[in-house]
Amino acid sequence: MSDEIQNDGYDQAIEAIGAGEPYALECPDGHHSMPPRRVCPECGESELEEVDIPTSGELLTYNVTHVPTPDFADDVPFVLGIAEFGGVRLTGRVQADEEEVDIGMPVELGLGESETTERPLITFDLA
Amino acid sequence: MSPPHIAGVGMTTFGNVPERTGRDLFAEAGSTAIEDAGIDREDVDALYVGNFMGELSENQGHMGPLMAKAIGLDVPATRVESACASGGMAVRQGVRDVRNGEADVVLVSGVERMHNMGTAGATGGLSVAADDLWEIRQGITFPGAYALMAQRYFEVHGGDREDLAHVAVKNHANAANNPLAQYQSEISVEKVLDAPPVAMPMGLFDSSPITDGAAAALLVSEEYAEENGLDTPVAITGTGQGTDNLALAERDSLVWTPATRDAGQEAYDDAGISVDDVDFLEVHDCFTIAEVLALEGLGFYEEGEGITAARDGETTADGSLPVNLSGGLKAKGHPVGATGVAQITEMTKLFRGDHVNSEAVEDASVGLTHNAGGTVASAVVHVLEVAE
Repeated sequence: MSDEIQNDGYDQAIEAIGAGEPYALECPDGHHSMPPRRVCPECGESELEEVDIPTSGELLTYNVTHVPTPDFADDVPFVLGIAEFGGVRLTGRVQADEEEVDIGMPVELGLGESETTERPLITFDLA
Repeated sequence: MSPPHIAGVGMTTFGNVPERTGRDLFAEAGSTAIEDAGIDREDVDALYVGNFMGELSENQGHMGPLMAKAIGLDVPATRVESACASGGMAVRQGVRDVRNGEADVVLVSGVERMHNMGTAGATGGLSVAADDLWEIRQGITFPGAYALMAQRYFEVHGGDREDLAHVAVKNHANAANNPLAQYQSEISVEKVLDAPPVAMPMGLFDSSPITDGAAAALLVSEEYAEENGLDTPVAITGTGQGTDNLALAERDSLVWTPATRDAGQEAYDDAGISVDDVDFLEVHDCFTIAEVLALEGLGFYEEGEGITAARDGETTADGSLPVNLSGGLKAKGHPVGATGVAQITEMTKLFRGDHVNSEAVEDASVGLTHNAGGTVASAVVHVLEVAE
C-alpha cells in the first residue's frame, strides 16, 4: 500500500510502535494523547512533547469480532481489545484465541497487519 | 419563550426495503407529518434533515434541498450529521429556531437507507462514526465497540449476557403489535443467548438491525397553534446536548457516558424538571448494553445498577418506568439518521393515545428521549410534556 496517501503524525507513531519505541504526546499538565494533535484534547495546551510510553501494558477489555468491516473480511474471527500503556489507552488486535484472554492480563504492544488489506495495525501480544 | 408544540408526526414502516430511495422514504414521512398536522405546507419556514451516511449508501450528499423539493417545499433546508444522533440533533435545531422566534413552523426529520449496502457494507459505513486512525484501522465495528463496553461493564460492575438479554426481550415485546416496527415478534431470553455471534459478548439479538426508514415531526410555535386552531397536545419543553472524545479508548471510563449525563442535565434544567418527574423514556438501545448505560447516564440508576432494570421488570411496559415502548432501536429498527426523530414521533403518539402502547402511559405527563452517536461521543436529550 505504498501508494496510499500518508497521514502525518499517525504514520510516524505507528512506525515507532513497530520499532518497539512507542511514544505519545504530553502537555505541560501531564495529559497524554496520541498524534496528530496541535493541542492537548484535555486542556487545550499547545506545547506538546513526544514522550516514550512503555511497551508493556494491561488489557482493560476485549471482544471477539465475528462480523467485520470489509477491510477485515478475511481476518475474522479476531479478538479486539483496549489496553493501557503508561498514560495512554490504545485499541488493537489481541494476538490470542478467545479462551486465552482475560481482562487485566499483561500485554506487549506491537505492530502487525490486516490479513485482508495488509495495512498495519496495532497488536497486543500476551506477555 | 414558549416551547415548541408538536403539531404532526409521520414515520415510514421501518424495515428491509433496499429498493426504496432516501428521497422516497423521506417524502412519505414528511408528507405524513404535514397531513397529520393539517396545515398548509406553504406555512413551513424551515426544514432540517438528519442523515448519517447518504454518501456511502446511495452516493447522495446535500440532502437539504433534495428533500425540501421531495415534498414540495421552497424553504431554507439543511442536513444535520452527528452519526446515529443525526435525527435528534435535527430536532434540536428546529426546537431552537421556534424558541428563539426565527420560525413559527419547522419540519424536523431524519432518513437513512441501509439495506442496499449489505451487511458488510453497512458495518463498514457505520464504522466511520469512530476514529479512522486509532479505531477503524484497528478493526473496530460498532457492535465491537459496544461489546468492549459490555465486557468492561461485566468486569467492573458484574452482570452478564442473560441480564442484557432481558433488554432485548422487553423491547421486542413492546414492538410486537407496533405496525411500524421492523420486528413485530416476541423473543425469549434463550433465543437471545443462542443467537449467532456478532462481536461477543454482543450477539445478533443484542444488536439493533440494519433498517431503511424515515421519520418527521412538525414543530410549531404556541402562537401559530393558537392562531390556526391546531390541536397540539405535546410540547418539547427541554433540550440538551453532550460531547465526548470520539475514540472509546480515550475516555476516562469505558462504562460511563458523560455526554449522556451532560445532555440529560441540560435538558432537565431547561425544562425545569428533575429525573423523578419523568414517567417514561425512549432511549438509544442500539445494543442491549447501550440501554443500560443510557439509564445510568441519565440518572435513573446509579452506576452499575441499571443492568437489572429490565430483568426485574422495572422498565417493562407494566413497570414503574417504561423504557422504549415503541420497541426501541432494537425491535422498532434503527435507520440511523431517522432514529432520533422516530423517538419523538413515537412518543408523541404514545402521549396522544393513538399508539398501540398508549395504555401503558395513560396518566403520564413527562417523557424523555435520548439519542446517541458513535459510542456516545454525541448525545442529545429532549423532554416532552403534555401541553397545558
